[in-house]
Amino acid sequence: MWNLLQIELFKIFKKPRTYLAFAIIAAFIFLIQLGLLVNGKDWMKFMLGSLDETMNIDYSKLVNGYAVCFFVLNLLLVHVPILVALVAGDVVSGEASMGTLRLLAAKPVSRTQIILAKYLATAVYVFALLLWIAVISLVVSLAVFGENDLVVAKTNGLQLIEANDVLWRYFFAFGFAFIAMMVVAAISLLLSVLSENSIGPIVATVGIIIVCTLISEMEIPIYQKYIKPYLFTTYMLGWKGFFYIGSTEDGETIKGSIQYLPGILKSIAALLVYIVALVSASVFIFRKKDILS
Amino acid sequence: MSSIIKVNNLSKQFNDIHAVNDLSFTVEEGDVYGFLGQNGAGKSTSIRMLLTLIKPTAGSITIFGKDLSSHRHDILKQVGAVIEKPDLYKYLSAYDNLAIFAKLSGIKADKKLLMEQLKMVGLDERAGSKVKTFSQGMKQRLGIAVALVHNPQLIILDEPTNGLDPQGIADMRNLILHLSRELGKTIVVSSHLLSEIELVANRMIIIHKGKKIVEGKVAELLDPSKSLVQIETTNDAEARQKLLQTKWAGLLHDNNEHLQLKMNKEDVPQLIAEMVLLQVPVLSVHPMHSLEDYFLSLTTQAGHVESFAN
Repeated sequence: MWNLLQIELFKIFKKPRTYLAFAIIAAFIFLIQLGLLVNGKDWMKFMLGSLDETMNIDYSKLVNGYAVCFFVLNLLLVHVPILVALVAGDVVSGEASMGTLRLLAAKPVSRTQIILAKYLATAVYVFALLLWIAVISLVVSLAVFGENDLVVAKTNGLQLIEANDVLWRYFFAFGFAFIAMMVVAAISLLLSVLSENSIGPIVATVGIIIVCTLISEMEIPIYQKYIKPYLFTTYMLGWKGFFYIGSTEDGETIKGSIQYLPGILKSIAALLVYIVALVSASVFIFRKKDILS
Repeated sequence: MSSIIKVNNLSKQFNDIHAVNDLSFTVEEGDVYGFLGQNGAGKSTSIRMLLTLIKPTAGSITIFGKDLSSHRHDILKQVGAVIEKPDLYKYLSAYDNLAIFAKLSGIKADKKLLMEQLKMVGLDERAGSKVKTFSQGMKQRLGIAVALVHNPQLIILDEPTNGLDPQGIADMRNLILHLSRELGKTIVVSSHLLSEIELVANRMIIIHKGKKIVEGKVAELLDPSKSLVQIETTNDAEARQKLLQTKWAGLLHDNNEHLQLKMNKEDVPQLIAEMVLLQVPVLSVHPMHSLEDYFLSLTTQAGHVESFAN
């Protein structure tokens, strides 16, 4: 299994396509950072709206590394699934279209191991991608904009998280995002097993994410009640929960707390169920599949 | 000599299509076994079943005396294969491709062994070049290196000369003979060209529409003393009826479209003389010594099993 995993990683990281995602992310984040460096105060004023009239706000402190990273993640994590699908959708179908799948499957390794190794290799890729996002969006932003308290907008107003209470939240948020992206990878893997060309699974994965996200967002009662609880997209943005801080009855925020921890844990459990079901289905189908490519 | 491959009543059905139908054959140790059939005859499907790429609908496959379905891992460790086109990872170098498949075959291949393998197929100087820059012939040679890197006992080559130029075809032929004669490998080689099989194989099977037509030793199947002679007359049906009354009746070939006899070519003048006496107007005599004629004569008949040799 270790041999197979090494081989799969070697193949993924030798493909130029793999680095496309890293380059796109770097370009996107640098653009945001540049924009905020120039117009950060204006952006924050726009975000806070009328609060500016009632409160004395020091914008130079609000536009800090943590805030920039939070802004980047809000924009970026919705689109990262496309970059994950770009690699995960290709792992089996790409080999089928290239003709190497028959060579691989005729070797003394089990088909279950082939699929698991491909999924684990994709997991390493996703981890590297998120690490890359973390380094550029968090580490670079902290270096450029400095460290200060983080202001997070909630439906019922703003909340302030002290600077020394933020970093661990990012750590868990990235961990959550990793699990969410592994669901996307599992969907792509399943579609990849069913397909003989690379484009189909990539486009289909993106299509599924768009449709499910739209249904999740629709405020239609029948969808909210009967469909939304079963959609993976309902749980994918749960990382934001780590930035909703708990408070006392008097409205005092409790340092080191999370407001909706059970909800986050439920989301993680739902995503893990998705992963197990999708990967199991991929293994089952691939074991039965006649390789005709 | 023991059986390396034993296939019994193998069948594969894709929806309504019987790609392979009740196929049985045996490959002995040291054989270069020709797997012959027209395009779409079921050769590749059969070979893919030998390599566990396709699951049979019915029948059994035994390789090295073990059942393939229950000893897949042990068996495939000793099998090397080139399956149709030599498709490899185009974005990787020849060396990287070879290293990957060596690892997948379960061997610890060091650089020296891999370079020796590349040298054997004349690619040592291009070891670092990406496969996408290779010609079809070079890819085929790399495919052979991949198939042989773990020193397998059984080598399966599916249409190995496809897309090769004449020099490449000759090189492939020499390589097969070298592997068989010098290294004692057992080789199964499929082709739709009888001439190719004749030059390398000692035993062969011809399949058509998924069924076995004939199996045996190449030397016996292609014995020139048992050539097929096709005679064109003004009325073949009448001529057949007349010949059925003569000593030639036993040599008449079971072919409704043409008047054909399995016979020694030296006896042809005597046959013609007798047909003239029988008042059968002979328009032409066509000895079917061409291998392609022989192949076509077998595959255009109803697909019954016939041992030409016996």
